[in-house]
Amino acid sequence: MADASYPDDLLYHAEHDWARIDGDTATFGITWFAQDALGDVVFFDVPSVGTAVTAGESYAEVESVKAVSDVVAPLSGEIVEVNPGLEAKPEAINDDPYGEGWMVKVKLSDPSEADGLLDVQTYTSQLS
Amino acid sequence: MAASPQTDLRRTPLHERHAAAGAKLVPFAGWEMPVQYEGVLQEHRTVRDAAGVFDVSHMGQIETSGPQALELLQRLVSNDVSAIPIGGAQYSVLCREDGGVLDDLFTYRLAPDRFLTVTNAANHDKDLAWFSRQLAGYDAVVEDAADSYAMLAVQGPRAREIVQAVSDAPLPARMTAGERTVAGARMLVAGTGYTGEDGVELLLAPEDAVRVWDELVRRGAAPTGLAARDTLRLEACFHLYGNDLMESRGPIEAGLGWAVKEDTGFIGAEAVRAVRDAGPSEKLVPFKLTGPGIARQGNPVLGGGEVTSGTMSPCLEIGVGLAYLPADRAVPGTEFEIDVRGKARGAVVTTRPLYSKETPDG
Repeated sequence: MADASYPDDLLYHAEHDWARIDGDTATFGITWFAQDALGDVVFFDVPSVGTAVTAGESYAEVESVKAVSDVVAPLSGEIVEVNPGLEAKPEAINDDPYGEGWMVKVKLSDPSEADGLLDVQTYTSQLS
Repeated sequence: MAASPQTDLRRTPLHERHAAAGAKLVPFAGWEMPVQYEGVLQEHRTVRDAAGVFDVSHMGQIETSGPQALELLQRLVSNDVSAIPIGGAQYSVLCREDGGVLDDLFTYRLAPDRFLTVTNAANHDKDLAWFSRQLAGYDAVVEDAADSYAMLAVQGPRAREIVQAVSDAPLPARMTAGERTVAGARMLVAGTGYTGEDGVELLLAPEDAVRVWDELVRRGAAPTGLAARDTLRLEACFHLYGNDLMESRGPIEAGLGWAVKEDTGFIGAEAVRAVRDAGPSEKLVPFKLTGPGIARQGNPVLGGGEVTSGTMSPCLEIGVGLAYLPADRAVPGTEFEIDVRGKARGAVVTTRPLYSKETPDG
């Protein structure tokens, strides 16, 4: 498992999710802290393209050997793309949570919601 | 997700070793126990391929001794205690009058009139009270021995060679137990385990635990946490009390009829006999999911029944588990569906075990 890292070009949600915003779409995933707390991820139930997601609410489930956890959307919108690789290789969420382990891309319904997310310093200060 | 620190939890003699190894420590049955070190999948595979060592010092022990120790145990536990030879081991359940299961137990016969029974940590106090309550009229002594023992399980195809190398005598065969000196410490060594692999369990003085642990790890037994212990036992279809066994169900329903000898007259024997004669209305069966997903404890079975244990099998790489099904559907090959948080997931009843090296497809 990779060492702890929190890229400074991402925005964070307190439920240990990240968003990488590119214009009016954003890529979502879970943070290093979240994957470490889960342990080995063995199943990601990939949501469907077209599904509406709401900031602060669960849009998917990620399962470790031991337990299932909700994945919370940092921003609202509609899923326009899902990571097809996670069905066969969910361990990418552990190995590369900000890269190969990305979960969905979302067309944002209200880009101003991003103002409510945390920068890396604020998020990491809440850990431990 | 952050766990709040627990200060009222009991710690095993190996707590410092677990912390130093970077183990993730979690509350378990009143103890702070290592759930994993490097990762559950890696630890699981190491036990299947080589050897792992588990700290199971949270488990309880009750010593029963005296001229009528045998008669007392015969009244308490479901199996035929008189059939245990000196140095033998036996699995049984402890039943209520109505046949409901209070605990599942391993009993070792240390001497003709001296027995050591290993309890589940969460049930130890309850078991001890139950033993003591039945004591009246028997010339026997029941003692809480839980503080006298640390307990290590060394499991996997290399487990015996690792322990044998530091033992003063050949190790006891499967389902037998005897005193040995291992890594300089006198202890009870038992050819038992909870993983489906060969190996031994060591019952030793708490003050010897660190020295023995260090020697076993140095010789190649990988520290393995409770998460892998759970996936290993589930692949082997061993019951976990609190999941697959409970006071509201009996041993016949749980598929433990082989460990129950009603003719011994144990408490609950008549209730159990009635279920065996009439046939249980539901039975515990192993299952595999036929598609994606993981069923978990508590998931309902469509048409009746429930999952009592479920995980992703690290060896089979599919969702597996144990479920109580209506008896007419509890037959290998029967397909059924499980409500996994609102999604119907297909499953099929399999034979036991779910995984073994000899018959990889169960």
